[in-house]
Amino acid sequence: MFKRRYDVKGPTVTVTIEDKEITVPASETVAAALLAEGFAYTRTTPVSGALRTPYCLMGTCFDCLVEIDGIPNQQACQTRVRDGMRIKIQKGARDIES
Amino acid sequence: MKTRYDLIIIGAGPAGMAAAETAADCGLSVLVLGEDRLPGGQVYRDVEQAEPGLIKLLGPDYEEGKTLVGRFRGTSVDYAPEAVVWEVEPDLTVGFLAQGDARQVRGRRILIASGARERPVPIPGWTLPGVMAVTAADILLKSHGIIPAGDTVLAGSGPLLLQTASRLIDSGASVRAVLDTTPFSNHLASLPYLPKALFAADYLRKGLAMKRVIRRSGTMIYRNVKRLEALGSNFVESVRFTGNGTTREMKVNTLLLHNGVVPENQITFLLACAHEWYDVQRYWRPVVDIWGNTSMPGIGVAGDAAGISGAKAAEVSGHLAALEAAFALRVISEAEKDLKSAPFKKRLSRERSVRPFLDRLFRPDPDLLVPRDDHTVVCRCEEVTAGQIRKALELGTTGPNQLKSQTRCGMGPCQGRMCGLTLSEIIADYRKVAVPEVGYLRIRPPIKPITVEQLSTMRLIG
Repeated sequence: MFKRRYDVKGPTVTVTIEDKEITVPASETVAAALLAEGFAYTRTTPVSGALRTPYCLMGTCFDCLVEIDGIPNQQACQTRVRDGMRIKIQKGARDIES
Repeated sequence: MKTRYDLIIIGAGPAGMAAAETAADCGLSVLVLGEDRLPGGQVYRDVEQAEPGLIKLLGPDYEEGKTLVGRFRGTSVDYAPEAVVWEVEPDLTVGFLAQGDARQVRGRRILIASGARERPVPIPGWTLPGVMAVTAADILLKSHGIIPAGDTVLAGSGPLLLQTASRLIDSGASVRAVLDTTPFSNHLASLPYLPKALFAADYLRKGLAMKRVIRRSGTMIYRNVKRLEALGSNFVESVRFTGNGTTREMKVNTLLLHNGVVPENQITFLLACAHEWYDVQRYWRPVVDIWGNTSMPGIGVAGDAAGISGAKAAEVSGHLAALEAAFALRVISEAEKDLKSAPFKKRLSRERSVRPFLDRLFRPDPDLLVPRDDHTVVCRCEEVTAGQIRKALELGTTGPNQLKSQTRCGMGPCQGRMCGLTLSEIIADYRKVAVPEVGYLRIRPPIKPITVEQLSTMRLIG
């Protein structure tokens, strides 16, 4: 549960998270957008299927792995949102077929 | 961007920016690789673009980063933002990814200024959604103006715990309590180091000011907290802890954990630089001299990556490492290096004078470093528990690398960044030996994920 408290400068972009179109500040990372938009979890683990949210937000923990534009295992905290970006919650192990 | 540089600096925080400035002044060709979109590091994150309201909230300690970033922007160095380093070779080749583009560059010297990471705090329930690192909340606030929306509790120990608590309170977040796990015995142990710390009394004054903000807000502060647990089935629902002999449970939406910061030394471990165990703060640091030279030729380290000393000291150590690089590349003479470095050396000793005191006051609670509850997850990636690790030890496993192949602890995408320290602590505790006898995980490339496609299209050094 997070909220945007201070306005940030600059433009906005529209991204799709799961199947929802969302307009967010262009300066946000995917992880920040997921948290601010109230997604209760951002991936499930490959081992037990447990729910996870980003933990460190500085690229260390890899708990924020999501699928971005069809590519799995992307660090949401290290990736900036882009117009038209399609973000999916990663369920279990990444899919190696493509 | 060229393929060869006199100096490649990894990290665009205070150490990396300062080093770039001095190296460019000396006439070196410099490439700076930074993971974020803007220079500043975690401490001055996004300071260039922060709104006045946010700058006011974060205070002068944050705002003064603007000067440093401004000077860095004024240099002629090549700067690659959003550049993720995934390999560094002993021949001073660096492989990195920037916006999906993989390439190699080579330096005549490399300076690692990768800063610090938060020390992981493996308590029961710390993998539940809603439990997060304290610095993660600080990053959300600095970079995005985002704060926790529900009942928030901060738990742990260290200056950043107090700083983030006071910042969140000032921003209007609903901070219900601060659970301070600093053991009472630390106060006595740190006392002999207080006089020296008075040389940098501004650090102590700031700490007291943060405590005043927390107290005035009516936020409860519990001291000497033990047996910290995050409870909930799918999401964190409450935090349970023991303070002064009483066990309490509080409802939370967000639980923020902190136990100090430790050097981000994945690259120096990858390069197999010599490391030493700093027992007071219980972390590994590369063995360096005052110039940041490691045991590997051409490889230097500046800032917190060489041992935690804070942003000001990091900046100064960056200048010193750059002068050393210029001297080693015969661009300046030894006399010139000594002359230019004298004021920096003086400032470094002043900035570091508070550390022996802080390091002992905020020495992590041994009960937090070795999870006593067998169900506590140690390796978040592969979901390996403390019990599974101890079971493997009962079967005769002795070292971290053997344990990794047996249990998968440290084998996930974070490559031990979140469990490596805890793993060595658990082994040392079980075998009743000191941590240096146990050692650390062997770190191998790629240290950040890279796809086969990116690897195959990588622009190599000719």
